[in-house]
Amino acid sequence: MSVFIDKNTTLIVQGITGRDGSFHTKQMIEYGTRVVAGVTPGKGGQKFEGTVPIYNTVADAVNATGANTAVIYVPPMFAADAIMEAADAGLALVVAITEGVPVLDMTRVYPYVKEKGSRLLGPNCPGLISPGESKVGIIPGRICTAGPVGVVSRSGTLTYEIVYQLTRAGIGQTTCVGIGGDPINGTNFIDALAAFEADPATRVVCMMGEIGGTDEQEAADYVKHHMKKPVVGFIAGQTAPPGRRMGHAGAIISGSAGTAAEKIQAFHDAGMGVAKRPIDFVELVKARLN
Amino acid sequence: MNIHEYQAKELLRAVGVPIPPGDIATTPNAAEALARRIGKMVVIKAQVHTGGRGKAGGVKLAKTPEEAREKAQAILGMQIKGLTVEKVLVTEAADIATEAYVGIILDRASRKPVFMVSPAGGIDIEEVAATTPDKILKLPVDTRYGLMPFQAMRLGFFLYEDIAKARVAAKIMQQLYTAFMANGCSLAEINPLVVTPAGEVIAVDAKMVIDDNELDRRPAVAALRDESSEEPSEVLARQANLTFIKLDGNVGCVVNGAGLAMATMDLVKYYGGDPANFLDIGGSSNPEKVVNALRIITADPNVKAILFNIFGGITRTDDVANGIVTATRENPLKVPIVIRLTGTNEEIAMQILTDNGFSASSDMDEAVQKAVQLATGGQAA
Repeated sequence: MSVFIDKNTTLIVQGITGRDGSFHTKQMIEYGTRVVAGVTPGKGGQKFEGTVPIYNTVADAVNATGANTAVIYVPPMFAADAIMEAADAGLALVVAITEGVPVLDMTRVYPYVKEKGSRLLGPNCPGLISPGESKVGIIPGRICTAGPVGVVSRSGTLTYEIVYQLTRAGIGQTTCVGIGGDPINGTNFIDALAAFEADPATRVVCMMGEIGGTDEQEAADYVKHHMKKPVVGFIAGQTAPPGRRMGHAGAIISGSAGTAAEKIQAFHDAGMGVAKRPIDFVELVKARLN
Repeated sequence: MNIHEYQAKELLRAVGVPIPPGDIATTPNAAEALARRIGKMVVIKAQVHTGGRGKAGGVKLAKTPEEAREKAQAILGMQIKGLTVEKVLVTEAADIATEAYVGIILDRASRKPVFMVSPAGGIDIEEVAATTPDKILKLPVDTRYGLMPFQAMRLGFFLYEDIAKARVAAKIMQQLYTAFMANGCSLAEINPLVVTPAGEVIAVDAKMVIDDNELDRRPAVAALRDESSEEPSEVLARQANLTFIKLDGNVGCVVNGAGLAMATMDLVKYYGGDPANFLDIGGSSNPEKVVNALRIITADPNVKAILFNIFGGITRTDDVANGIVTATRENPLKVPIVIRLTGTNEEIAMQILTDNGFSASSDMDEAVQKAVQLATGGQAA
């Protein structure tokens, strides 16, 4: 079992002929993901690597293949439109890998996707992987192994680090979900935690947050009031200098400065395990599996 | 990206916000000439990317052109929070009856731009939020519809009971929103919005922060960047497509990915060290990036040891290894280096490093401890 994607996931790749899109499509196919179509405007009718049919529009690709998921590798200035095109075509899950999407674009995209009933993951995220079943995005397949732990994270390589440590210690994962680090993203911690709580195969959840915003505090509150499964958390940026990006006005709106100390306290208050270092996940998870 | 007050004011003037006349000067002579042209009492304001300019002595009144020259002389070249003042804004001094705060902030929680206005302006808005939160109105805007006239009026009436002033304020809200959207802002502030004894409503100070992701499609906004007011090493890093923030410690860190970079800094601290920087080489594999990263880090005299922590996903670790070899061949290192590599092409990378006299580990904790020891004691473990 897993969350969001499994062996029945059928995938469309938007931007399949680009540099990143083509490289990662090959990796996904190699991993066993069912990549059923690609989309590049103007290249409809061609085939990717002689096997995957390419269409001009997402609607054409969905009509022809019945795919249920899209992954987006298009450049940042076109990503908002690509996400909305995928949502409009009725795809249940849209995974936006693209980094550098203007945040104001996302203020239009987010409500649009909600109204269409799609789930958006990202942008600026590594995607997700259900080991042994399917991977959508760029998480390296070989660092994962199937097992009982759900992983959700705001970061890319830090997720790899922790998944790798778990795998090395013989602890496998149901699904690893990278929600991305942008200020406005489609799926947040709570969405992923709720999915893991409902997934019978997941027994423990690992959650990696960062400084900034209040997502982790809200997630901790969710853990406290709505979850029976144990959750172990980590916050990156305990030594980062404050106020480098948004300044202080953003913090007034949210009523929080988004510091690491605040978030770690929220984890403690929710009765979560708190990893001080990435390696600490191994023992904390082991203790909760037994 | 931060822009200066005078630049923000120009962007706001362009959409019709009433702002007292003023211009920029880089010499005392130019400041005097500007004051003469304005022909009234002026304010001389240091243009640096930091708050608290007034408290630092970077804002001064001048009654005559001669005095403007003296005040500009005093402010130009002064240091405010480590930044040298290269430019001053010379602007007409406004007569003030009341001061209000008006701001728009891109808010993560509501996923919208949020207006924040308060009749208690002029002072630190954080203080208002802490002591009298009921004096702040927060209003989220759905960017698909824009700021609707009734919303703008609600904001106007929150500041002024008088309908004429509320209407002028509502118009300024619309103008500020237009400038916020047109320039790809993450923050736009007028503080204070002043009512003069004559009943005019004018913007006396302005601040804008631009979303870095917008700069590619807004070259005119990107051109507002003032590199002379930024940390030189951060300018170099940006030109090399690296994300770099200078800190005060002595362990230079080179990492791929922001989250792992922060976690690495945290681990340096955990083992008793102090990171010299945040540096994210990003996801692509390019030996040139590593060469640039090493150049920037070794330029910092505080750095006593260099730590590489690379988890290869998209990044190929052999590219990083080649970068390290190339960079150190060009410029031999004067401080010890500790390398941790794992992931894509790890075996090839280890071979390249060994062949060139480097050693590397695949364990993060081990590498960090070693780097901290080298930086503090100078001796290898």
